[in-house]
Amino acid sequence: MPKAFTPKVITANALQEGDVIYLTRDGAWTRNLSEAEVLTDEADAQIQLLNAEARSSEAVGVYLADVAEGLHGPEPTHFRETFRRTGPSNYFHGKQADL
Amino acid sequence: MYTYSDFDAAFVAERNKQFRAQVERRVDGSLTEDEFKPLRLMNGLYLQLHAYMLRVAIPYGTLNSGQMRQLAYLAERWDKGYGHFTTRQNIQYNWPKLNDVPDMLDALAEVQMHAIQTSGNTIRNVTADHFAGAAADEIADPRPVAELIRQWSTDHPEFQFLPRKFKIAVTGSPNDRAVTKAHDIGIRMIERNGEAGYEIIVGGGLGRTPMIGKVVRDFLPQADLLPYLEAVVSVWNILGRRDNKYKSRIKITVHENGLEKIQELVEARFAELRPEFSGVDQEMLKGIQAQFAAPAFRNAPVDAYLAARDADPIFRSWADTNLREHRAEGYAIVQISLKAHGETPGDATAEQMRVMADLAEQYGHNELRISHEQNVVLPHVHKSDLPAIHAQLREHGLATSNIGLISDIIACPGMDYCALATARSIPIAQEIATRFDALKLEHDIGHLQIKISGCINACGHHHVGHIGILGLDRAGVENYQVTLGGDATETAAVGERAGPGFSAEEIVPAIERIVEAYLEQREGPEETFLQTYRRVGLPPFKAALYPEKVERAHAA
Ligand code: HEM
Ligand code: SF4
Repeated sequence: MPKAFTPKVITANALQEGDVIYLTRDGAWTRNLSEAEVLTDEADAQIQLLNAEARSSEAVGVYLADVAEGLHGPEPTHFRETFRRTGPSNYFHGKQADL
Repeated sequence: MYTYSDFDAAFVAERNKQFRAQVERRVDGSLTEDEFKPLRLMNGLYLQLHAYMLRVAIPYGTLNSGQMRQLAYLAERWDKGYGHFTTRQNIQYNWPKLNDVPDMLDALAEVQMHAIQTSGNTIRNVTADHFAGAAADEIADPRPVAELIRQWSTDHPEFQFLPRKFKIAVTGSPNDRAVTKAHDIGIRMIERNGEAGYEIIVGGGLGRTPMIGKVVRDFLPQADLLPYLEAVVSVWNILGRRDNKYKSRIKITVHENGLEKIQELVEARFAELRPEFSGVDQEMLKGIQAQFAAPAFRNAPVDAYLAARDADPIFRSWADTNLREHRAEGYAIVQISLKAHGETPGDATAEQMRVMADLAEQYGHNELRISHEQNVVLPHVHKSDLPAIHAQLREHGLATSNIGLISDIIACPGMDYCALATARSIPIAQEIATRFDALKLEHDIGHLQIKISGCINACGHHHVGHIGILGLDRAGVENYQVTLGGDATETAAVGERAGPGFSAEEIVPAIERIVEAYLEQREGPEETFLQTYRRVGLPPFKAALYPEKVERAHAA
């Protein structure tokens, strides 16, 4: 049996600043995971991914990241995504300081 | 100190101009990321988790005060006020913006620095003993040789699309501080019957398949160096596996083909290449050597140093731990620890960089070095100046007395920055250092090197740490695997896996148990951790690491 599709968001790094970005429902990039659109249908997610990848002058390294739906929007399910949305743990730099 | 020629300056300027245009074309959409990525990597620009990262070469780890000040300027102007010194004698900036990078490269070029060949499938930044030209045990200064190799390999047409990256290290001392046996080629400068030459080691490397390099030529006359290196690289360029990136490094080529076959092919190719080298390279080497001439050492009393040692126990502890023997009388090699307990290994703030630059200018013949252990070195300091230097360092958080001790940890950036990481390494290093500082045990423990990598690529050299720690992702949780008995010196060895890994919470207590076992097992304070390990082997450490298993075995 194929694995059930788990909820995803589209994420990448911004071309110019290099920081982590997510795709919102209206097709804009946001710095904030909680504003990202959660994709629950696999076919839809693949199409959105292709569309996002085509926006190569805005975003680099586009991929689908697993999330869980929380009270305040999507939440990471893997620690890598937790760091990406927060910043490094040795300094108060990155999103934890900027957002 | 070596200054680049006009040719080098023009070459770097041209490369920077090209890169500026490439960035513009990337931003305006005329270059795709697939087209741009190899170009940015050729200029040392990576994309990490939170931002771009610019890696700047510090060839053979040597830089002058002006260059260090410029590194500080870059950190302040375009980064977040600090830089990260790495095991490859590079500095990495973790927060540059794409549009700023061409300006950063131009600012580097002003002080003859660049980011070329810090990445990509080329011959990388050649590394050398960080005590080059200063160490008491040195036969010859390895830097002219490293520089000769740099000139020969930079933009060498045959070597721009190698099967994979290629790393060369050179040492001029019998005590290997350049980890030559863990490089694609390691070069040891030696003497035989009064003749100077090289021992050539190939096929070392860490990463997924760690290997200790093997001697492919035990004595190579000085004049044969470049044709011989070219022969090695060209044999690998043909045999090296381009089908599988995990099998592409020369260590695998040597392993799969056997040392003898490699030797045969290299010697055959060498015979073809040798006549093409007319001796111009040896003339160049002489020219380079002249530029690396030692500074004029002074003859002065060291009473002030001896008096400070007697008067100030903190100074004495620092001197005993952080100084190394210099070849000139009355001089010392000063190691400045970038491992203050609880700080990020290898990081220095812009202010700290300026302090070190000023100290080098005032007391150290204008020279600084970056060690692969991620510390800074003032190679030539007269002992009478040490008290003043120490006082300055203390004021800026740079006087930690821990070189070679358990808190002098090598750690790669890990999951805090690196896009390839499977776990974090920096916080583990911070916790271990803080813990052993609190225990006030580290001077008692003595020489013990912990090295931590955040993934199998082994940028933190964990395989050759006395205690190695490898961070992995086990079902979505950080997990740390321990290896013991690794060695990065002339007696290089890859550490042994101790057993199952530990969680982030368990790893520091596990390290503590290893250290307790060592203190119990050692024959006396003179027996180092590594010596004890070699004498007693893994079992007592395993028992300390996994006590519950031992209990179960006894109960059964
Ligand atoms: C953060 C960005 C970095 C990336 C993407 C990166 C990537 C890699 C990769 C993929 C390898 C394995 C190469 C192979 O086996 O073919 C490697 C090896 C290595 N890296 Fe890094 N690295 C990074 C940072 C660093 C840093 C900060 C250091 C120094 C502290 C470092 C030092 C090394 C060393 C010494 C090796 C050699 C292991 C060997 O190939 O024998 N790297 N790196
Ligand atoms: S060892 Fe892995 S995690 Fe650490 S810097 Fe290298 S590639 Fe990144």
